[in-house]
Amino acid sequence: MKKIIALILVVVMSVLALAACGGEKDAIVMATNAEFPPYEYFEDEVIVGIDAEIAKAIADKIGAELTIEHVDFDSIIPGVQSGKYDFAMAGLTVTDERKELVDFTTSYATGVQVVIVKEDSAITSVDDLFAEGADHKIGVQLATTGDLYCTWDIEDEGLGTIERYNKGADAVMALVSDKVDCVVIDNEPAKVFVENNPGLKILDTEYITEDYAIAIAKENTELMTKVETALTELIADGTVQTIIDKYIPADAE
Amino acid sequence: MNWFNTLAEQIKNTFSDLYTNISEFVIDLARQFEIAFIVDDRWKYIVSGIGSTLLLTFLSLILGVVIGIIIAAIRATHDKQIDEMHPGIGKSLLKFANGFCRCYLTIFRGTPVMVQILIIFFVIMASSRNKMLCGVIAFGLNSAAYVAEIIRGGIMSIDPGQTEAGRSLGLSYVQTMAYIVLPQAFKNILPSLANEFITLLKETSIAGYVGVTDITRGANIIRGITYQSFWPLFAIAAIYLGMVMFFTWLVDLLERRFKNSER
Repeated sequence: MKKIIALILVVVMSVLALAACGGEKDAIVMATNAEFPPYEYFEDEVIVGIDAEIAKAIADKIGAELTIEHVDFDSIIPGVQSGKYDFAMAGLTVTDERKELVDFTTSYATGVQVVIVKEDSAITSVDDLFAEGADHKIGVQLATTGDLYCTWDIEDEGLGTIERYNKGADAVMALVSDKVDCVVIDNEPAKVFVENNPGLKILDTEYITEDYAIAIAKENTELMTKVETALTELIADGTVQTIIDKYIPADAE
Repeated sequence: MNWFNTLAEQIKNTFSDLYTNISEFVIDLARQFEIAFIVDDRWKYIVSGIGSTLLLTFLSLILGVVIGIIIAAIRATHDKQIDEMHPGIGKSLLKFANGFCRCYLTIFRGTPVMVQILIIFFVIMASSRNKMLCGVIAFGLNSAAYVAEIIRGGIMSIDPGQTEAGRSLGLSYVQTMAYIVLPQAFKNILPSLANEFITLLKETSIAGYVGVTDITRGANIIRGITYQSFWPLFAIAAIYLGMVMFFTWLVDLLERRFKNSER
């Protein structure tokens, strides 16, 4: 019995010891939702993409060890706010609501919200969604800007219902199996989704244009200054543009 | 015989259509299987999750058993002893501890474990960066509530005559417990405890909500990359089933051994 108790104690202690190791000094933790190609996605069990590379470049500049955590998109901002993660890069759009919760750096990329429909869909332009008497089922990823805008513009106006999925890919799969009429999502992942699912297309008119930036907790002004300086330098010397061009070929737009 | 030939032709066509459809379906499944697991070694997402799932389950059960024993000891002592105790600090303390334990049980058995893990991760341990620790604490605290009742049930199932006999022989309450009641209760408790472990194993599939990369999370990552659900979901269903069947087999073995010892 004593041996068993000793064993239990050892296990509990080692877990606590592991927990204590979490807070080493020069390590910074970035939160992202790696289901957002080409900004962040898994390749060979590693998170890669535009945000991952820019984050790496920033970490190198400020001399910190970077870890990237894959979390649900709706957990990112609460996690940054509570200090679970040092900063977040996840194709995060700057909005007034989010600004009240976290601080944002300078924007490093622009995103466009687009509408994916089936090729034979009755929806031919974004305006169809706002037309009087419209009643569409719209798929979005939970807590993304697509979700926010559709909620304000469409659901609150009684012009349709919003289906919120945990992943963008789930929303697209729902579209393929006719559970929703269209999906509102960022342009770059939308292109990848359409490429992988024959029979889908992106509407020519865009839903809205927005700015992506890095989110950092309001109290963490020290890190904010460092990241902001590093990011500004990386934008100025063209590193950021090189990374973006690498993932998004210029002729695609 | 013309009608017969026509019918035979029809049957043949139907079957050959069916055959083509089935073989196309199988080829399609095989192709999907390749995309889901073989390309880029994607099976690793699931296999590396097995360790997390098992670790989370084991650590949670250990924490659950430790807290569960404490709660069960308080509750069982209260139920058995409170009437015989003289009024005093001891009695009030025991009453208070018992009340606290009952609150604990009500709360942790009365709310979904999903909500509990979210509360632990986002509210109570909001600044902790160790998601595994948060998972272990959430599942451990939840499991403790069930384990406590299993253990208490086991202790209470032993005939009061056993305790009385022990006390008449001059053993103290603690000695009676340790040498007479607990060894017998242990036999009733262990199989239920093992079942709790199996339930816990399945419940950990929600740990992905706080970022623990268990096998469910691994399957979800594959679904995110490949836009298909069939293989990843059935694969993890099979893995959970396999693990549960293995542990059920172990529990059966254990129960059989205990039965033999009765003779």
